[in-house]
Amino acid sequence: MNKRVIGWIIAWVLKLEGYLLLFPCLIACIYRDREGWVYLAFAIIAITGGYLLSFRAPRNMEIYQREGNVAVGLGWICISLYGALPFVMTGEIPKYVDAVFEIVSGFTTTGSSILKDVEALSHTSLFWRSFSHWIGGMGVLVFILMLLPARGGSHMNLMKAESPGVEVSKFVPKVKNNAGALYKIYLGMTAAMIVVLLISGMNWFDSLCITFGAAGTGGFGVLNSSCASYTALQQWIITVGMIAFGVNFTFYFLLVTKHGREAVKMEEVRAYIAIIVASAVLIAVNIHCEFPGFYESWGKTFRDAFFQVGTIITTTGYSTTNFDLWPAFSKTILFFLMIFGACAGSTGGGIKISRLILAFKTIRSQLYQIVHPRGVRQVTMSGQIVNPKTIRSCCFFLVSYFAIFGLSIFLISIDGHDFETNISAVAATLNNIGPGFGGVGATCNFSFFSTFSKIVLIFNMLIGRLEIIPILILFYPRTWKNNG
Amino acid sequence: MQIMIVGCGKIGRDLAETLSIENNNVTIVDKNEQVVQNMSILYDVMGVVGNGTSYSTLKEAGLEDTDILIAVTQSDEVNLLTCVMARQKSKCHTIARVRNPIYSEERHFLRSELQLSMTINPELEAAREMVSILNFPNAMEVDTLGKSDIRMFRFRNPKNSMLSGEPLGVVSQKFRGTILVCIVERGDDVIIPNGDFVLQENDIVGIIAKVRDIEKFFKAIGMPFRPVKNCMIVGGGGISYYLTRLLTMHGIKVKIIEQSLSRCGELSREFPEATVCCGDGTDRTVLDEECVESMDSFVACTGIDEINAILSLYAQGKVRKVITKMNHVDFNDVIDDLNLSTVVNPKSIITQKILQYVRATRNSLESNVESLYRLRGGRVEVLEFLIKGKSAAVGVPFAELNLKSEVLVAGIVRNGSLIVPGGSDCLLEGDAVIIVTTHSGFGDITDILAETSRGDRR
Repeated sequence: MNKRVIGWIIAWVLKLEGYLLLFPCLIACIYRDREGWVYLAFAIIAITGGYLLSFRAPRNMEIYQREGNVAVGLGWICISLYGALPFVMTGEIPKYVDAVFEIVSGFTTTGSSILKDVEALSHTSLFWRSFSHWIGGMGVLVFILMLLPARGGSHMNLMKAESPGVEVSKFVPKVKNNAGALYKIYLGMTAAMIVVLLISGMNWFDSLCITFGAAGTGGFGVLNSSCASYTALQQWIITVGMIAFGVNFTFYFLLVTKHGREAVKMEEVRAYIAIIVASAVLIAVNIHCEFPGFYESWGKTFRDAFFQVGTIITTTGYSTTNFDLWPAFSKTILFFLMIFGACAGSTGGGIKISRLILAFKTIRSQLYQIVHPRGVRQVTMSGQIVNPKTIRSCCFFLVSYFAIFGLSIFLISIDGHDFETNISAVAATLNNIGPGFGGVGATCNFSFFSTFSKIVLIFNMLIGRLEIIPILILFYPRTWKNNG
Repeated sequence: MQIMIVGCGKIGRDLAETLSIENNNVTIVDKNEQVVQNMSILYDVMGVVGNGTSYSTLKEAGLEDTDILIAVTQSDEVNLLTCVMARQKSKCHTIARVRNPIYSEERHFLRSELQLSMTINPELEAAREMVSILNFPNAMEVDTLGKSDIRMFRFRNPKNSMLSGEPLGVVSQKFRGTILVCIVERGDDVIIPNGDFVLQENDIVGIIAKVRDIEKFFKAIGMPFRPVKNCMIVGGGGISYYLTRLLTMHGIKVKIIEQSLSRCGELSREFPEATVCCGDGTDRTVLDEECVESMDSFVACTGIDEINAILSLYAQGKVRKVITKMNHVDFNDVIDDLNLSTVVNPKSIITQKILQYVRATRNSLESNVESLYRLRGGRVEVLEFLIKGKSAAVGVPFAELNLKSEVLVAGIVRNGSLIVPGGSDCLLEGDAVIIVTTHSGFGDITDILAETSRGDRR
């Protein structure tokens, strides 16, 4: 394994984080927060350290699959461990494990918090929390790919390792430009959402943070009530925003490059919209019947249903109501949406709609094979034949996903909390959602877990965001042996 | 000796050439008329066109008078059948080339029940040779002499080594007679050195030593002895199969790169502990992905010599020990110029083995060729004789023997210990004696004596 190139990439990650830490400093200037000095200090340390470590590029710049995955896994762990330090140093989150949990929750766009009182945080730290969503949403290494000197095709291995989804779709020939195109779309949509929220009358700090949370499908709010205290219009804007960021970015690229017809044909996006509408309608009817007094007007019913469906399926994790109190039918739908997740190639987490479609199609083709033992039939997706290797890796993902799901539930059950809390805590972190049900419901937080459980959940978040392999590979002994 | 060779492939041709030069009457049998004609013109042999498994063909080729029949056609089954048939009708020795691992494992049965004198497996022999070289990575070539733990090592004399600059007599004192320098190759010359000879840098030196002394020796001359712990093999053919089996038995980790997916499947089923990768070994990415630079050793044994050469040259800068398999030896000089550290040629190993057998069969009762190695395309021979009875060369101190020029009595193995002979030593019954010579065709210990003295003593 080419350890030097991995070290070099991590140095770049550190350098980038240093620059990103300057943004909270700006906020600190505006609000005259004393915490800003801490952020500035860490920014300077990271930038100088990053420059020193990445000063000499390694001679061998080849990045193979192994190097790509290890670099992404280690890079994310490093950025989290370092990004947690300002929280500890400002004294706002005194325990380091809690601080790491909070920042991992930020970078992985989960939105689970260990904070009992969010509003007690300084504006600087609130901003850093929300900003980490925005960074993590599109990916740290994808960003670095834009900056790295383009050399060979090996950068694709970095992108493959970090980008969620079945396959990485390339829009343009060069990885670098591809990363650039992704970030342009991301930036444009973020800016649009901020402007719309500002027009709707939200104050600029909230609209910034809420947009970052929605864009990265993270879910850190700035108020203890999450999004419940915003106006109906603002809630609708946030709903649409979240759902938009859960769509495969290929869709937007096709729209921007005037390939609208192909964009509309995308099976995954169609299924995604269909699932959202169907679930929201079912939930609306369900809660309208169960709580006739509270949900009297259809407007409020649909708004809450759509908001909650949107926030869960895109794995954002905002809330406008305590959906933990909803009837079991609605909660069950939400639980399934948690696992489904958003589209591949979006900023959302979960299994991803495309994998789900692929899994169902595989089941169908397996049945077909039994009825017609000699039949030849290809699995297709959006009109294109799916490579058997892709199907296999999809099956691998599903199996290991549920294995990790089960193992994590087992590990945190040592704490002795109730079953619903355990299952939904794992589901909420592994799918990068944020809130779950029961003890970790929309109005609660994760602070009551033991240190061990928090570490398990931290790994769940990383595994969920990086889609298993980059984290799992770090624990495979052969990864570190070159001659085995 | 009457020798019949059935099958005129690469090995058959090489054998026919070597054996006919050594004063044997060679008859070749092959199905292909063109090949037989060509061979009869090129070498001093008789050719018969026909199928080796047909009795009439064998009879036509003079089966009754044949002493040794060598079956080296493409097919294992044809070889076995030919040998079995020949054995039924004559008392000749039979040698069959058997490549399939299944038959190879049954060689004891083949020998005892089908009365084959010898089965020979080029791939297994090549793999064995590679393993013995990998066990002593400093050497370019390692040859086992007889059944003892005495080996001949060939290596390139390193810079500033303590071997250079002083006469060999002085140098060997430093090692208290545990090693003996017996061949020196300098440029195109092959020299059998005496005590006054002075070695130079970059000479290829052949020494005879015991296994347990060699580690100390290499350390002393400035070649640190580090055993090989892992090995990358490119190409998953027969040699790789045997090599992997032998190496994993020695506890060396093996990584195989093979192009064909189905072959990869077979290999990984056979050797679950080896890393089997499906990929084109000539693709640099594949090699780098599998971290060629962190391997201890590298064996290029694809089916194509040119690829092996290029792969080895690429690996030589990164890997400590590189072994190249070569099937062709016709361009020996060109291959030498490439500076490949170790070249293994299955064909010449087989020729050596068969030649050793032929000579052992030919010679008298008093002595026996135990092992035979041919270096530099047959320009030098290293032989080990077992002294079984009295002859002109036995019991007489070397100072009184009139040896041929270019003959070196390199060592005597007596009761398991190596004696570097001086003028006062003499051969005794039961000794094994190692002879290095540029003559060829030695089959008996008395061949080392100059013509006149042999005549006198008889």
